[in-house]
Amino acid sequence: MSATIEDTFGGTGRRSLALPVTGLWRNGLLAAGTWLLASAVTYGLPDVITWGATELFAIVTLAGAILFVALSLTVHRLGSVGRTLVHYGPWFIVLGLWLAVWEVLTAKLGWLPKPFFSPPQGLLHVYVTDWERLLICVAYTGRLWGLGFFSGILVGFAGGVALGWSKRFAYWGMPLLKLIGPVPASAWIPCTFFLFPTTFHASIFLVALASGIPVAILTAAGVGQVNRSFYDVARTLGASNRFLIFKVAIPASLPNVFVGVFMGLYYSFAVLVVAEMLGAKFGLGWYLQFNTAYSAYANVYAALIIMALICAGLVRLLFVVRDRLLGWQKGIL
Amino acid sequence: MALALAENVVSNSIALDIEGVTHRYDLDGRDLQVLDNVSIVIEPGEFVALLGPSGCGKSTLLRLAAGLETPTTGRVLEDGRPIIAPDPDRILVFQDATLFPWRTVRDNVAIGLEARGLIRELEYRIDEVLKLVKLEGFADVYPHQLSGGMAQRAALARALVNDPKLLLLDEPFGKLDSLTRLRMQNELLELWKSAGFTALLVTHDVEEALLLADRVIVLSDRPASIVAEVRVDRPHPRRRDDAGLVALRRALLEKLGISHDV
Repeated sequence: MSATIEDTFGGTGRRSLALPVTGLWRNGLLAAGTWLLASAVTYGLPDVITWGATELFAIVTLAGAILFVALSLTVHRLGSVGRTLVHYGPWFIVLGLWLAVWEVLTAKLGWLPKPFFSPPQGLLHVYVTDWERLLICVAYTGRLWGLGFFSGILVGFAGGVALGWSKRFAYWGMPLLKLIGPVPASAWIPCTFFLFPTTFHASIFLVALASGIPVAILTAAGVGQVNRSFYDVARTLGASNRFLIFKVAIPASLPNVFVGVFMGLYYSFAVLVVAEMLGAKFGLGWYLQFNTAYSAYANVYAALIIMALICAGLVRLLFVVRDRLLGWQKGIL
Repeated sequence: MALALAENVVSNSIALDIEGVTHRYDLDGRDLQVLDNVSIVIEPGEFVALLGPSGCGKSTLLRLAAGLETPTTGRVLEDGRPIIAPDPDRILVFQDATLFPWRTVRDNVAIGLEARGLIRELEYRIDEVLKLVKLEGFADVYPHQLSGGMAQRAALARALVNDPKLLLLDEPFGKLDSLTRLRMQNELLELWKSAGFTALLVTHDVEEALLLADRVIVLSDRPASIVAEVRVDRPHPRRRDDAGLVALRRALLEKLGISHDV
């Protein structure tokens, strides 16, 4: 009974300690199996159309399989990293299977044809041959995104606090925000060309707008929802308006602000492609458009995966920041 | 323990004069009168209880005394000066502890000192006050980890650290379980005796009013006006079954419109 419960929660690590074969990670072995299958399919069956890097992909998946075999013996000595690996064991198994199926459907059978689809080795080929350009694109996009996102959430936050706090500000600002909010970023392009000295500035503005608006709306809502008694308490204790804003309104609305920042993060990534339409020479968005125009979809997929990984990484980072700032919520939520 | 708070008993309290106060609220265009010509004179250091049905306007009276609002007509005076704005000399304690959930107990208690820029000189008082309300072991805990009674103690500490001359208590024990309430009533009494502030307590609990206050003022239903005023001349600690108090309780319940057999 308890074994099944442990299985459900990926607790195989703890259970296997009690087994005669000490410390064997079953899911690790299974993952090694599926990865080996992917490797064998890639190497053993002939390609319908030639793609570069077929052997390389077979080697990479084989290396993965060997790694999982090694891990299945040693994972329990790796501490917290090991526990994380054990937790994601089923995912590794499915990933190997998925690579094998993907390989068969594209390169081996050609059911998903070129150029719309690419087998895994097609993407690998892009990374191997075009990595320099991709790196430069990541750097350019990083600069644009960083400048746009951080200026956007800063202005959005300040504006949101003002909107939530001051009736006069809300009277003029709220209707404007509601009008501007739903307008798609691309609709701003004509104005931005006129308003900003360079296309780079215009691009920054678009990213800032996309990330700033949800932050402004949610911050304003958060400040507006603060329990009135908090203000009463602080006022009887001698708080000035400044104290009320910075020590009551802002900390109280911070959970809302973070929801806005998360939304802003997603929107900012969605708008990157549009922002890099404006005369950019490098950048992931530019790379996507450029390669779409040439039907080089393998390159498109390769860049998309990089973007998705970066976005996921940033979301993860934001969670860490939030948990640090909102540690007091632990036990409430 | 309470020495630092009790040093200047004389200057530690103020007189509160409520002179012919009528107060109205404008609720979406509807005029709502909550107080009708209320006059109360409270001596420095006195403990007065306001007794009345729920929603009769007792809390409004406290908000006026705290300076959170100004009366529609009439005046509220502290030591003869009109009250026009909140001041840390007059502190309000609510039915809900309303601790700031993002601050630890210590940081909650520190708010008044922080807001007035006194935190450097008077930081030592935080520990003193926490000891006074028996929360010294919970200084670094967040409010949601406290029980109702502990949270209300923390709220009291947050008020007392500022050395208030007038403590306004808005049904402070209303949401506590009955045992905790009894304990907290005694603790409040001890704090009042040692610190010497003037206390104005709003409650709908007749026993609580009789156990704590020097004087009990009964208010009518909304708009509130004074129905009766009773002086309680029994020494502390008072016993619930004291014959005099039982008689007073009966009389007060009658004033509140509840019959003898309750």
